Amino acid sequence: MDVLFQPLLSIFDQPKMVVMWVIGAVLIFLAIKKEMEPTLLLPMGFGAILVNLPESGAKSVIDALFQVGIEYHELFPLILFIGIGAMIDFEPLLTNPKLMFFGAAAQFGIFFTLGAASLLGFAPNDAASIAIIGAADGPTAIYVAQILKSNFLPAIMVAAYSYMALVPIVQPPIIKLCTTKAERKIKMAYEGKKVSKTTKILFPIIITMIVGVVAPDSVALIGFLMFGNLIRECGVLNSLSETAQNVLANLITIFLGITIASKMTANEFLRVETLLIMGLGLVAFVFDTFGGIMLAKFMNLFLKKNKINPMIGAAGISAFPMSARVVHKMGLEEDNQNFLLMHSIGVNVSGQIASVIAGGLILAFYGN
Amino acid sequence: MFEIDFQAFLDALPNIGKGYLGIFAVTAVIVLIVYMFNTIPEKVYEHERKKDEAKKNK
Repeated sequence: MDVLFQPLLSIFDQPKMVVMWVIGAVLIFLAIKKEMEPTLLLPMGFGAILVNLPESGAKSVIDALFQVGIEYHELFPLILFIGIGAMIDFEPLLTNPKLMFFGAAAQFGIFFTLGAASLLGFAPNDAASIAIIGAADGPTAIYVAQILKSNFLPAIMVAAYSYMALVPIVQPPIIKLCTTKAERKIKMAYEGKKVSKTTKILFPIIITMIVGVVAPDSVALIGFLMFGNLIRECGVLNSLSETAQNVLANLITIFLGITIASKMTANEFLRVETLLIMGLGLVAFVFDTFGGIMLAKFMNLFLKKNKINPMIGAAGISAFPMSARVVHKMGLEEDNQNFLLMHSIGVNVSGQIASVIAGGLILAFYGN
Repeated sequence: MFEIDFQAFLDALPNIGKGYLGIFAVTAVIVLIVYMFNTIPEKVYEHERKKDEAKKNK
């Protein structure tokens, strides 16, 4: 009987485990009931319960997945990037390249949070890893935090994915706070220019080379993203493109979610710092939004006609495509003829590229 | 932890500045190149369109 009751009794020795069950249940609830990033929050929630059962036999299996998929050259996030690259259509960006500057501006939250985390006493590698939550891009956050050997990887991952899911709740109040009603009503004409196939094929190759030269540490990230996009755009690998977009991305997402849970043991996760990191993650998202909007407002100072709706700047955080949808919806709420979707999608995909560049630069500064 | 470390903040400032400006610099290069792409391909696009049409007619 001792064999049966020993694990059960050990719960009383480790009440923190019960807290982790509750956290796991909350993540599962948010995934199913609120449909918040269910592809990741559900496996993470279930995994959090799995690894926090007394004498859990699943822990070693999930640890093995972590070693192979994340610890060993960050394979899972990188492979997931192939799928993401295959999903992205850069055409709205290629027809209006200046939109890319909004993607750059909307990385402001990363650097603001880097300062805030440093001020709060986090070690440089941890501060940089926390800051990258502002990339609003799960794989980039995991990749950077893992390479920098952050002690707070699980909290960073949970924060990154939670806030991505919360973009429709986090962004609108910030956008409203930073813009006037008249600004939100600005209509932007969309010139549906055609982009040649050659341009679409050259784009991922050239971007990889440029970013690779400037930030060599980000070559793997940008390279895998652009490899996926090249498969999509080349026109001769349609079945591979479909596989990358669906089967590959889904498969890796299943493993990634549950693998992250290997670090969600009570001892590693239940720390005061976790709450602080969640708070800093929110700060990063808020200031990303602020940065993008402010650049648009600044540019409007110099534009006599064809003014920019500052809301599209907020789509520069790379939470794709939620952020673009939020901006489009807010535009329609102000004026039912104000269609901002193509502009905000263009800004949103540029945010994807800019966040990877930011990740590369952070690695260049703190990686050694 | 939780002690305000002003020195760490000051140490981070150069990286904050270089990092944020660095993104804009890289972006500017990319934007320039995309504009170059967009000026060249009018003819290329026309050529591709004709090729596609010829394929369809076959």
